[in-house]
Amino acid sequence: MMHPTKSRGTAERFRGDPAKAGYLLQLGDDALIAAQRLAEWHASSPEMEEDVALANIALDQLGAARLLLTYAGEIEGRGRDEDALAFLRDDREFRNCLLVELPNGDFAVTIAKLFFLSAYQLPLYAKLAGGEDERLAAIAGKTRKESAYHLDHSAQWTIRLGDGTEESHRRMQEAIDRLWPYTHELTSGDVSRDEWLSIVEPVLAGATLDRPGDGWAPGGGRTGVHTEHLSYLLAEMQVLHRAHPGAKW
Amino acid sequence: MSGNEWPLWEVFIRPRRGLSHGHVGSLHAPDAAMALRNARDLYTRRQEGVSIWVVPAAGITASSPDEKDSFFDPAADKVYRHPTFYDVPEGTQHL
Repeated sequence: MMHPTKSRGTAERFRGDPAKAGYLLQLGDDALIAAQRLAEWHASSPEMEEDVALANIALDQLGAARLLLTYAGEIEGRGRDEDALAFLRDDREFRNCLLVELPNGDFAVTIAKLFFLSAYQLPLYAKLAGGEDERLAAIAGKTRKESAYHLDHSAQWTIRLGDGTEESHRRMQEAIDRLWPYTHELTSGDVSRDEWLSIVEPVLAGATLDRPGDGWAPGGGRTGVHTEHLSYLLAEMQVLHRAHPGAKW
Repeated sequence: MSGNEWPLWEVFIRPRRGLSHGHVGSLHAPDAAMALRNARDLYTRRQEGVSIWVVPAAGITASSPDEKDSFFDPAADKVYRHPTFYDVPEGTQHL
């Protein structure tokens, strides 16, 4: 905290503001659920090098989630820390987008999920890094560099799989087509559809992949209405903490 | 992946400005761009470097252990090649 008085001012300004707390939960939950899904690849990736890459990205997302949820808890003012928010909420209380909770599928689906998410998180964090809320700006200043790498990694793979063999092209196109509807939820807030498309479309073109048409646009994640997949994910993620409250390694 | 493995790459990292790149290990990657990224993930997670080189392992010509005697042993008794036959001026640093 370089400017204690200023920072205190920021915290004071938002304390008890449910809209602000909800917004931070939304950011934190996207990162947390993405981290949990990516971690599922651990020790199962196609190659050892990719295993480490996905685990690194999962840890980036987890680190962002911790900062954001801690801040959300402070704004909320009900005494909930990052652990209480991550491990003791039910699915209806989570604010993440549906995209991150969807199952990993094959490697192409995982890469497409990461690509779509990063193309949203990067411009989002870039905006927040220059925002009025100093604490959020500091968090976003750190995470946007990480997002830039996540975007690069997933774009590189999208291009290689899309412009690879017949089989890899088929799978990558299938993944893009299947996930496309869920990307509308990403671009219904701070990041515009045009902004997001300006990142995504050139990569799809370079990967010789067809950009799917816009149609069905499922949503609900931001208001706590999730797919059944989130319940199973939470059961696995929360079981230890719920069985042994306050357990430490 | 047997019979269809990614090629091997050797990784060199420059720990900080002013130092040379040093060999740190190897990895598998489908091409040079991905090798660079894999190297970043495998070898610079703890701030080990500011610059990375990747080189196809197949592009490196190495000396053979069989040639060890003829390559390296002849240097063993030629002490006059070491810069130890003069006095170092007082106060000299970084030598």
